[in-house]
Amino acid sequence: MATTTYLEAIREGLWEEMERDPNVFCIGEDIAVYGGAFKVTAGFLEHFGEKRVVDTPISESAIVGAAIGAGFIGLRPVAEMQFADFITCGFDQIVNFAAKCRYRWGAGVPIVIRAPSGGGVHGGPFHSQNPEAWFAHVPGLKVLCPATAYDAKGLIKSAIRDNDPVLFFEHKALYRRIKEDLPEQEYTVPIGKAAIYRDGTDLSIITYGAMLYEASQAAGDLAAEGYSVEIVDLRTVFPLDEETVLASVRKTARAIVLHEDTLTGGIGGEVVARITEKAFEYLDAPVVRIAAPDTPVPYSSPLEQAFLPTAAKVTAKARWLLQY
Amino acid sequence: MAAVRPMQWTPTAAAPEQDSEAGLSRRFLYYMALMREAEGRIQDKLYRQGKVLGGVYIGRGQEAIPVGAGLTTRPNDFLFPSHRDMALYFIRGVHPREVFAQYMGRAGGLTGGRDGNMHMGDMNRRISAIISALAAWIPVAAGAAMAMRYLGTSDITYAFFGDGSTSRGDWHEGVNLAAVQKAPVVLICNNNQWAYSTPLDKQMACAHVADRGPAYGIPSEIVDGNDVWAVYHATQRAADHARSGLGPYMIECKTFRMTGHSAHDPASYVPAHLFEEWARKDPIERLERLMVERGYAGRDEIDDIHAGIRQEVDEAIAWAENSPYPDPETLLDNVYETRPAGT
Ligand SMILES: Cc1ncc(C[n+]2csc(CCOP(=O)(O)OP(=O)(O)O)c2C)c(N)n1
Repeated sequence: MATTTYLEAIREGLWEEMERDPNVFCIGEDIAVYGGAFKVTAGFLEHFGEKRVVDTPISESAIVGAAIGAGFIGLRPVAEMQFADFITCGFDQIVNFAAKCRYRWGAGVPIVIRAPSGGGVHGGPFHSQNPEAWFAHVPGLKVLCPATAYDAKGLIKSAIRDNDPVLFFEHKALYRRIKEDLPEQEYTVPIGKAAIYRDGTDLSIITYGAMLYEASQAAGDLAAEGYSVEIVDLRTVFPLDEETVLASVRKTARAIVLHEDTLTGGIGGEVVARITEKAFEYLDAPVVRIAAPDTPVPYSSPLEQAFLPTAAKVTAKARWLLQY
Repeated sequence: MAAVRPMQWTPTAAAPEQDSEAGLSRRFLYYMALMREAEGRIQDKLYRQGKVLGGVYIGRGQEAIPVGAGLTTRPNDFLFPSHRDMALYFIRGVHPREVFAQYMGRAGGLTGGRDGNMHMGDMNRRISAIISALAAWIPVAAGAAMAMRYLGTSDITYAFFGDGSTSRGDWHEGVNLAAVQKAPVVLICNNNQWAYSTPLDKQMACAHVADRGPAYGIPSEIVDGNDVWAVYHATQRAADHARSGLGPYMIECKTFRMTGHSAHDPASYVPAHLFEEWARKDPIERLERLMVERGYAGRDEIDDIHAGIRQEVDEAIAWAENSPYPDPETLLDNVYETRPAGT
């Protein structure tokens, strides 16, 4: 029986890092007494005390800014955005301050910004977005989107130890849905490394975040039809693990890039560009993107279902590609 | 690597042991006059000669603020300057050579050509490179101060800003966070009455920036920003307050911007009589008169200080002009601690 949820995996990773390094601390809205809107930091205040679990005013810019300042003095802050959507209120601090300090004046900014993102939870336009592409475009930032409990734990630990600013997007729909058995012993997952989630030979689906599970279901359905689908889980959307992506596509000669974020300007475009630039001769078919349409995330169930990419959409597109 | 290359510099007229009133006055004068001379050369000469490109923003007439406040700092305090505070860099031991090279985009500049003008900082000397977005460094200063307390030190941060910057949300978020956290931050406003072309009454509806303090539960006082001694004493009070764990403290220094917003701006929107009025309150001349009156220094000694500074500046400019431009090969360095594959 799998025991650890995706949410608990993040909590464990955070907890272990706070135990390991007294300079790690958490800062955010409602994270201490309440334990966070999603309860990721439940129990932290009692164990680590209010010095290390800091409830702030509703001030996203100040939360990120204060994390940067604490980083200057030698701490390793983990800032929480209550919802990834509100990260816009701290955008300037992230893209202009944190991202550029090292390049401008050699000042490392060892901060992690955790942000619950993603749809499928009836959150509507302001509690469902996937803002990873906004930040992947900013040199100086690292952007993580774990899909599994194992990776969520291993990556939050690596993020905290990293000396550059890291955005850690947690998918809300996975928090309690995903359960795994995690290793007893300590481990980390390297930033910037994709994983082969499923081996295959006929088609690569390159994805990340909650879409991993749609891809997985599609791959199962296609297997029943005799197709062997490989799934590449990016895990880190920037820096992109080009090598793993290209190796997979060179093997399968067909690729779908799948994400929950909206289509235009999404990570998918970047992945497709790299494939066509660097593996064009290996391709037997066009590389296609499957993503949410270019609309805000709608609230009502039928609308949201129509908005989110699904296994059925992936399977249909895959059949077309496989027979191309 | 682009930055963090401490260059040892001992200011000629500023031995730290001179902390008698006379000695401190001489240090005030030295740093104020050095800032005026350096900025004057940059704006009136190097910029016009095309040797300094891009924006130039100087603090002419406001030198008493970074100097009076800066000389209350301790080596481990962390400073967050605004864009008219050049003296803070000198007080922190940044060499004038590094400053001129910075303005000229040379490898020897404090950011090695990565950034220009007063957008410079140095982790080792505990002075931050601000970003352009005004007041963005207020929350950063708050967080740095929280970290100092976290680590059990009695260090504090100093955050400098203009009157116009207090209109930004970041200012309010940062000040409020500092206040509720009782973070040891000294907040120093240079109220020079203009923000670019916008006068104060179009910036805010309260009479004084200091009026904003009580709304956050922060003690605030107004000082004559052209009186370096007044700034020094007020900042000392503020620093004592912050250091003793009582939280932030705000000082509003009333002053006047004696130039346009930047080197390209003739400031035709400022009534001419205001420049004349404030010229009579020049902080450097005022300090010199006081030094002579009280017998801290004779006229000839003061002239010597200025002559020494001119020489130092000549030498620093020559050094900077000989500093090479950064190597384009280094363009991709230092975006991250280690360069990711595929970038
Ligand atoms: C967020 C932001 N908006 C606009 C600007 C452009 N800008 C630079 S300085 C300045 C005026 C600043 O006024 P104040 O804060 O009073 O400082 P002063 O220049 O008077 O010292 C403006 C509008 C900026 N740097 N940042």
